[in-house]
Amino acid sequence: MIDQLLASVTDGMLVGVVYGLAAMGLTLIFGVMNVINLAHGPIMALGMFTVYLAYTSLGLNPFLGLLLAAGLGLILGVIIYWGAVHRVIDAPHLSSLLSTFSVNMIIIGIGTAIFSTSFRNVDYSLGIVTIGPITVPGTRFTSALLALGITGLLYLFLYRTRPGKYVRAVSDNRTSAGLMGIASNRVLALSFGLGTMLAALAGGLIAMALPFTILSGGSYELKSFVIVVLGGLGNPIGALLGGVILGLIEGLVPVFTKITWVPVIEFVLFVLILLVRPQGLFGAKQ
Amino acid sequence: MKRLTILASVLLIMALLAACAGGPAAPASTGSDTSADTASDTTADTGSSEAPATTAQEVLIGYTASNTGKYNVESSRQVNGFDLWMKQVNDAGGLTLPDGTVLTFAGKSYDDESNTDRVQELYTRLATEDGANFLISPYSSGLTSASSVIAEQYGKVMVTTGAASDDTYKQGYTGVYQVYTPASKYLTGAVDMLKADAPDAKKLAIVHENDKFSTGVAESVKAYAEGLGYEIVLFEGYDSATTDFAPFINKIQQSEPDAILGGGHFQDGSTFARQLAEKQVDVPWVALLVAPPEPTFAELGDAAVGVIGPSQWEPQAKFTAEAAAADGITWAGPTGDEFGQAYMDAYGEEPSYHAAGGYIAGLVLAEAIKNAGSLDDAAVKKAMDELDLMTFYGHLQFESGADAHGLQTGHDMVFVQWQKDADGNLVKEVVWPAAGRTADPITR
Repeated sequence: MIDQLLASVTDGMLVGVVYGLAAMGLTLIFGVMNVINLAHGPIMALGMFTVYLAYTSLGLNPFLGLLLAAGLGLILGVIIYWGAVHRVIDAPHLSSLLSTFSVNMIIIGIGTAIFSTSFRNVDYSLGIVTIGPITVPGTRFTSALLALGITGLLYLFLYRTRPGKYVRAVSDNRTSAGLMGIASNRVLALSFGLGTMLAALAGGLIAMALPFTILSGGSYELKSFVIVVLGGLGNPIGALLGGVILGLIEGLVPVFTKITWVPVIEFVLFVLILLVRPQGLFGAKQ
Repeated sequence: MKRLTILASVLLIMALLAACAGGPAAPASTGSDTSADTASDTTADTGSSEAPATTAQEVLIGYTASNTGKYNVESSRQVNGFDLWMKQVNDAGGLTLPDGTVLTFAGKSYDDESNTDRVQELYTRLATEDGANFLISPYSSGLTSASSVIAEQYGKVMVTTGAASDDTYKQGYTGVYQVYTPASKYLTGAVDMLKADAPDAKKLAIVHENDKFSTGVAESVKAYAEGLGYEIVLFEGYDSATTDFAPFINKIQQSEPDAILGGGHFQDGSTFARQLAEKQVDVPWVALLVAPPEPTFAELGDAAVGVIGPSQWEPQAKFTAEAAAADGITWAGPTGDEFGQAYMDAYGEEPSYHAAGGYIAGLVLAEAIKNAGSLDDAAVKKAMDELDLMTFYGHLQFESGADAHGLQTGHDMVFVQWQKDADGNLVKEVVWPAAGRTADPITR
């Protein structure tokens, strides 16, 4: 039993860190501009396909493919911001929801036409990591480490660089930031791009361990919503911790009951957090 | 709090959208007509003046293919097999009925996207707008169940292939006929093999995809194994969309089984096998549904070694016209070698049982039409009920009673296992039944 618990905790944490990275993108965008990006899932799927195509067509190591995914995610995010979000950013929430949902449908439509909905695998191995009773594929282990590294870089960007300070300033008070000479719109576009870049990176990391289709982002987007509520809306570090909690639930619940109860427990927890601690376990943006 | 309310609303909408996966039905985009030739109106007959004039008629067979979605691999092979049958029969001049009518066959198909809702929409179109004379099922029990409702509603004869669930044939349908061995018999042979080849194995973990077919197989094999005295240490299903089996595999390891039985379809089965190897699961026997007999399963490399799978047919199977004659059963169609060579020539790969099933669906339908002597649905149904046929695929006979009308009663499974030959290449060996063995089974 102890062995199973250890293995389950390890698997849960490894996948949870990657979930957290994905949710961080969602919560960053919400925290800065109060926009819920419903194109988050398809952008994750594009990250998966970028790594896949870089590996299968260009022969690039999947970890180098991640750099492409990051670049694509950033550029795509900026384009989406200027094309679909900027004009509705001050409109009622429903406008930005519908706008990003439209982007979602466009990406899925084009992606389905190009890639179909058939499963793909990035058939890349980094061997096996074995520690006592715990055995995990090297790609999962490395993906989790990279997700932690990317989180650290995001933290450094937000708290140790001038553009990061601009992002935080705009997040705190867009009007005041503008009065201080910060080009708010550019910062908003950059923030949206950073959010989608994180989504694409998370998608790329997932693609290295698990099969996927162009529709696969949807399930991870749902998980991201649960995670941002767990971690606190607009709190990127909370999102990482929320991801780990969700991963642990997915790892540990099957130890004690049938695996089909996992989503039930996840979403009951989601409702409970909303009712009991709406600011999330680690505090939301005020 | 307002934000959270909005977020909760969004999540609810997302969940509803996810439940409607597949989204709005797009217009049918891949309609294809695979007719070999357009039939001429009449052809000359050199018989006596009293013989009926030879007429030609085109028979339209409707079906859907999963060109996209999770059943893509199996469905593509199934359609390849069916297309090969149609090409061969048309190239040979068609099928001549006793009244001299020469039938040629044409196919009409759409992409069902591996989606049940699409299947119902498209089979309705095939039966009405397209005017299909007969139907062939899509791949998978779930999709076939959906199409069976439509076939029955419009009184069409439908031959099902790639669909093993028993339940479909217990709904009172009168025109749906199964060429696969039913799910209830799918994995029982694996238990028989364990009893013969691994007498020390006592504990089984049965894990299965939560769909109609796989659940039916799992429940049947559980009852069968318990009846033989095995202890079922784990019996659990997983969601059809599962891609990460790590939590599940941890649970299997904890139960310390001697064998793992179950799985579902190609995608989840091959992913499961890959992750069992990645986590170095030390269980000597693994038998999974559907995926292992597929030639592309070998792409898993070492993860495929030792994995066993039930197959409706394998190229090594040697059913012959002579053996059929000795048993007093009618033989029809090519030999296994002829089919295998023709398939290889057409598609450049060895046929899997899904391909053989597609071919046989066409062959069985043609035999019934020939025996009926017409395209009349009632006459063809009667001929299907009375069919007792031996082919390269094996024996075929349908239940004609009302309780399970159309259920396959004549066909049996074989079990294959991926092993390495002397050169280290992956090869697929038949390991059960013992009489048909090409190699002894190995442990993982």
